[in-house]
Amino acid sequence: MKEINKILLMGNPNVGKSAIFSRLTGAKVVISNYPGTTVEFTQGHVKIDGARPMIIDVPGTYTLEPTSKAEEVAVQMLKEGDFVINIVDATNLERNLYLTLQLIEKGIPLVVALNMWDETKHQGIEIDIKRLEERLGVSIVPTCGLTGEGIRELVARISEARPLKRHLFTERKKWESIGRIVNEVQRLTHHHHTFLQRLEELSIKPVTGLPIAAGVMFCAFLIIRFIGEGLIGYLFEPLFNNIWLPVMTRLSLILGGETFLHHIFIGKLINGGIDFGQSFGLFTTGLFVPIAMVLPYLFSFYLVLGLLEDFGYLPRLAVLLDNLMHRMGLHGYAIIPLILGLGCNVPGALATRLLEGKREKFIAATLMAVAVPCMAQIAMIVGLVGERGGRYLAIVFGTLFLVLIIKGLILNRVMKGPSPEILVEIPPYRIPQPIAVVKKVWMRVFGFLKEALPYVLLGILFVNVLHVLKIIDYLARLFSPLVTNVWGLPKEAISALIIGFLRKDVAVGMLGPLDLTTKQLVIGSTVLAIYFPCIATFAVLVRELGIRDMLKSAAIMIGVALLVGGLLNIIL
Amino acid sequence: MTVDLTQVRPGESGIVADIQGGHGMTERVQAMGVRPGKRITKISSHFWRGPQTVQVDNTQVAIGFGMARRILIEVER
Repeated sequence: MKEINKILLMGNPNVGKSAIFSRLTGAKVVISNYPGTTVEFTQGHVKIDGARPMIIDVPGTYTLEPTSKAEEVAVQMLKEGDFVINIVDATNLERNLYLTLQLIEKGIPLVVALNMWDETKHQGIEIDIKRLEERLGVSIVPTCGLTGEGIRELVARISEARPLKRHLFTERKKWESIGRIVNEVQRLTHHHHTFLQRLEELSIKPVTGLPIAAGVMFCAFLIIRFIGEGLIGYLFEPLFNNIWLPVMTRLSLILGGETFLHHIFIGKLINGGIDFGQSFGLFTTGLFVPIAMVLPYLFSFYLVLGLLEDFGYLPRLAVLLDNLMHRMGLHGYAIIPLILGLGCNVPGALATRLLEGKREKFIAATLMAVAVPCMAQIAMIVGLVGERGGRYLAIVFGTLFLVLIIKGLILNRVMKGPSPEILVEIPPYRIPQPIAVVKKVWMRVFGFLKEALPYVLLGILFVNVLHVLKIIDYLARLFSPLVTNVWGLPKEAISALIIGFLRKDVAVGMLGPLDLTTKQLVIGSTVLAIYFPCIATFAVLVRELGIRDMLKSAAIMIGVALLVGGLLNIIL
Repeated sequence: MTVDLTQVRPGESGIVADIQGGHGMTERVQAMGVRPGKRITKISSHFWRGPQTVQVDNTQVAIGFGMARRILIEVER
């Protein structure tokens, strides 16, 4: 038979493609319980009979006629693949078979993985696999992506599969034949409603669902804060103060107070000693900010997010907030990019692919870039502004929230075009598997360390070099009318705005040594959140929106930053 | 009698009679399992012309109000 080079994993959204992909390749990918987790394709390799063909985790799609960017990616990929593993949700056979028939019609060789096989038993569903194989003419393997059941069998069947061509033509005919097949192979027995199903119902009805949503959000907030603060106070600060500080103090003595190297690695001495928050050396602040200030909050945020994702809560929140989001020109599902953006704006920007139209993508991306600070930045603001009192934190985040709402309302008015409606599948609740959640948290936190840490260090190095070369002084003088007159900040704050292009957390940290008043600190933090995305987010946004829309979006960001910073300066 | 999906009461079941949308909408709704002849049960209806959630087979689907208005359901009343 023909050699297989590219295997595509295709199927409806949220049927467990990524879980199977991860099983097949050993690659680490994000797996969650909501449609649209995968918006980009991921590739890996799988070993079959000595060969190592490429295997691609394709975003989920219901049909081969795409309705969003994520689905477009899926249909595009089909042209390149020479084999398909069609993942089918065994608990939703009928709906899933539509895509299966479309794929069979394409004449591409395929195997069907009947995934979530374990769940059929609890739900009283019996499927006659032999019969289904005969009717479809393809191999079918029952699998369970989370436990790995059936994966080996699946690989074995790949080399056996042959292409077949069957013409059914019209949509109607396809549904008719699916109806006949399902009637023949599937038997349903009654089963009692479980506790989770009752909870599902309560959380989607508006009267009970809205209070539950408020409760979930409040608890999420409390837990994130509790774990984040706990890790900082009991683990990371003692670690830095008791172990790292003596080492650095010795290094500082060796390097001598005013040398160039001292400046780069240790930074400035504050009151004769090292201050991890303010010294701004590579080994002091450069490590303290990402590890002791940002990492704890990032960890606790991703832990809570992971649990909510795997439980299946996010789509319900989307439905409950749909109304509110429509006022801002979006539908409820647009909260997914916004929530992901709270962790890091990069995956948030990518997740705008879930949205149908260009207008929606633009609004969602611009709102996120302006009003949704990433967790690294939030952690720094909490650390810095929080010292001056909780109500100042409330001013910063309250302002950002107001900006989000008002800007959404305005963009919805100003931008022409239709506002698509929500149409989304709501997955069943599933009890998150601890190992899966831990894996996902680890992947995301490790991703931060790998991708952010170098930028943090680079940012701090950059600041020091600019200082030594007196470039900061020059820029400060140049921009002082803006920074001082509009925002009421000292002209040196321009350095934070410049570094903000690289890393927002470092930029907020740079406000620390400036001896700002509380008012200035509040304005500085808010402006840093709004004025422009960091370079990593910017790059993704350019790709997703196109350069023209991105320029428009950037103009809005700068305008809002000027306006909001100026207003705060007058009001506070 | 035939009503549109927004008029089906929470908890009430019915048979999908017709989807009066354009080709795009019809196809998307059908791909989620809501198509003529299928039995659906309304789960909830959100305030201020919010989305309508329905159960069809083993799937729950949330459908925007405007779309739901174009889905006709045969109910027994």
